[in-house]
Amino acid sequence: MNLFRAEDIAIRFGGIRAVDAVSFDVQPGEVFSIIGPNGAGKTTIFNLISRIYTPTSGRLIFQDKDITNVPPHRIAGLGIARTFQNIELFANATLLQNLLIGRHCHSTVGVLSELVFTPVVRREELKHREKAEEVIAFLGLERYRDTLIANLPYGVRKVVELGRALCIEPKLLLLDEPSSGLNVEETEGMGFWIEDIKKDLGVTVIMVEHDMNLVRMVSDRVMALNYGKVIALGTPDEVQSHPEVVRAYIGGEA
Amino acid sequence: MRYLFKTDYRQDLTIWRHRGDLFWYGLLCIALLAIPFVLGEFYVGELGGVFIFAVAGVGMMLLAGYTGLISLGNAAFLGIGAYTNSILLAHGVPLLISLPASGLFTGLFGIAIGLPTLRMSGLYLAIATLAFGSIVGTVFQKWDAVTGGFDGFPVPEPYIFGIPIQSATGVYYLSLAVLVIVLWLSANLLRTPLGRAMVAIRDSEISAQSMGIHLARYKTFAFAISAFITGLAGALFAHYVRFLAPDAFDVLLSVQFVTIVFVGGLGSLHGVIYGALFVRLLPQFIAIIRDELPFGIGRMPGLEPSLFGLVLVLVILFEPGGIYGRWIKIKHWFQAYPLKRRSSFRRQKSYARSERLR
Amino acid sequence: MEDAARLLQLVVNGAAAGCIYGLIALGFVLIYKATEMINFAQGDIMMLGGFFAFALIAHFGLNYWLGALIAIMLTAAFGFALDAVILRRVIGQPQFAVVMLTLGLGFIFRAYAGITWGYDSVGFNTPFTNRTINLSGLVLGQDNVSIIVGTVLLCGVLYVFFSHTRLGIAMQASSQNQLAAYYMGIPVRTVFSLIWAISAGVAAVAGILLSPVSMIDVNMGFLGIKAFAAAVLGGFGSIPGALVGGVVIGIVEQLAGYFLPAGFQEVTSNVVLLATLILRPQGLFAEIAGKRV
Repeated sequence: MNLFRAEDIAIRFGGIRAVDAVSFDVQPGEVFSIIGPNGAGKTTIFNLISRIYTPTSGRLIFQDKDITNVPPHRIAGLGIARTFQNIELFANATLLQNLLIGRHCHSTVGVLSELVFTPVVRREELKHREKAEEVIAFLGLERYRDTLIANLPYGVRKVVELGRALCIEPKLLLLDEPSSGLNVEETEGMGFWIEDIKKDLGVTVIMVEHDMNLVRMVSDRVMALNYGKVIALGTPDEVQSHPEVVRAYIGGEA
Repeated sequence: MRYLFKTDYRQDLTIWRHRGDLFWYGLLCIALLAIPFVLGEFYVGELGGVFIFAVAGVGMMLLAGYTGLISLGNAAFLGIGAYTNSILLAHGVPLLISLPASGLFTGLFGIAIGLPTLRMSGLYLAIATLAFGSIVGTVFQKWDAVTGGFDGFPVPEPYIFGIPIQSATGVYYLSLAVLVIVLWLSANLLRTPLGRAMVAIRDSEISAQSMGIHLARYKTFAFAISAFITGLAGALFAHYVRFLAPDAFDVLLSVQFVTIVFVGGLGSLHGVIYGALFVRLLPQFIAIIRDELPFGIGRMPGLEPSLFGLVLVLVILFEPGGIYGRWIKIKHWFQAYPLKRRSSFRRQKSYARSERLR
Repeated sequence: MEDAARLLQLVVNGAAAGCIYGLIALGFVLIYKATEMINFAQGDIMMLGGFFAFALIAHFGLNYWLGALIAIMLTAAFGFALDAVILRRVIGQPQFAVVMLTLGLGFIFRAYAGITWGYDSVGFNTPFTNRTINLSGLVLGQDNVSIIVGTVLLCGVLYVFFSHTRLGIAMQASSQNQLAAYYMGIPVRTVFSLIWAISAGVAAVAGILLSPVSMIDVNMGFLGIKAFAAAVLGGFGSIPGALVGGVVIGIVEQLAGYFLPAGFQEVTSNVVLLATLILRPQGLFAEIAGKRV
């Protein structure tokens, strides 16, 4: 039984096939990495899963439910969280507020009770706060709790974005280049977070990544893409030594 | 400098940061209640005007400052609220019903303009709301069967608890009450998921959506609540001016509302108050010094709008945080004295964020 | 026959007004394409251009053509300075700030014009004032015809400039991709200021062409609001779109004034604007693109 499955998904922008008949499945509890040269269609797959784009053809199955036509704002509620390549945090809010926004899909109160701040709202706020504090403790972000995101260093922001995704309490976490812009130590730290997320929280991870050290460190399986097509799928070592993959990265005669 | 030692999550849920705040706000409240007994009618009337603009400013702030949606048509909401209230009163509806009713009715217009503009990004929205405002303005002028057209519309005078509402004191107390309620509702809103969703939409629509925020619903809500509050302000405004002229609700007025939020400080309810004080008191200040100005500048007809323009330009160029932002800096300077560092508030280097695909 | 002639006259008048909208819209589009700013003061720059011409021709007694030319150059220089001194500083700030900044600048320009030239409508003699052309029964004002001809000529000049000169091509490149243009050795910031200069110059042309039809006064900048409709209808990224949009708006407005009850003419452009934004936000010509993450 797999947690997530993509069946022959494809999307075209104009005449370009950004993703072309890609199929894969993700098992519960695994870290599944997608690699490939720039423009291979990795982030496009994420945008398809989080429903920012609608596939031209193919189906997306999450927990045996077809999510191909679910509106994008429902995705978080289903238990799929994501981060972004170039950090899309809410820059003029504090870290805590960012995490609380991650709790949005668990909010059940109505507009009118929010306007007068009823005891129900207060209780729910406290519950969200406790969850957010759990995530803060998990990622060790205590000292930045009330800092505006705009004033945080880049490396911390990356972790905050991870934390915001965790506040959704996802079953499936999509990490879009978690190491981009980080130095070697920070990247290693990110690798430990991902391992902890997998082991301690039992969250399944799909990761788009360029840094092969990080990919080897955390991935159970790796899928390599080039020009929107799957060229290899298997363990990190298998994929890395796959001749097609080597050619895609280094170039050469086909 | 006061250090807050927090021991309970509930401390972050209160509107006051600590007991000191509560004390000062209480003192302010008593002072405001006492003012009509102390000051002359002119000042009471002017302060009433400030409150009304502050209410409209809160409406603008929720939309522009917190949700990041540009509106150059809020004067139309004010006008709709003003006309609704006056027409209802003229038909014998009591003020305590007509006031919220004009807010709700204006809120419907907010939804009406919010829905079709959902897909528009910042600049298109500014243009669309500008067009909406100018259409509504023309309707006020031409639909004279209802609005009285250029003959104007006299606002009927209601009483609450024996206080004639159209007197300076009546407008003062009524507006103060509405302002306090509106501020309380907004403060509540901002500490709940709804308010956070608005902030999220302002800062990054794409990730707000991935957090499960229904963009269309919350943007429409922002327009609705902004229109509702501005409609309330409009109902009060009708009693403030006592006679509705259709050309009062033009683009210039919309620009004044935007000036309130910009000069006060985007993204802060305190800023609304500062902004409203500024926008209402600047013309009074000009009136006082008008005769002292050299070269006949004082008799120039376009003096007020151009000064607004100038202030707006200066604020955007030199103090994007507005009056509230400046106040925070001054406070910080004193609190940290003598350890103030130049870099404490240095602006982040910002890069143009393109909305286009490149 | 009577009706047909009347209709044709309306269309010509509308096209003339539409050309003015189109020229202002052209300024919006040029600046928007390059810097993603919308210049809400574009109409006021047109007003300034008109007043410059008025000052040169009526006050200093210059020849119409010479005065117009100098006024256009002056306005263009003004546009250049505006960008170099003020607008360059707000690149990267929220778009809202830029909108309000240009709105604020518009107020200041209006006040400046009011102080300098007063608040009454003024005009100056042009070769086209109060003359008509009689085309087999169809009587057309030379002023209107001059607007249409002038717009067509100006567009020709701009087309040649943007497609055949080094500077024009550099401008196109900078509009499409700042960074790449910068790496190619194009001084992007100066180029942007030059784009502001061109759109200010175009606005001045509009103001001067308009002066024989409706006088010059401080509030003529409000025409800019109608030009928004033109730009939006044309797709806001498309230069021919802006002109076509302008002409369409101008003609529709005239026809609405003729066929519909009073009051409708004033809202026509705004209704068209809202309808376009709701029904076809990408406009008639341009492609729309979402944001990439």
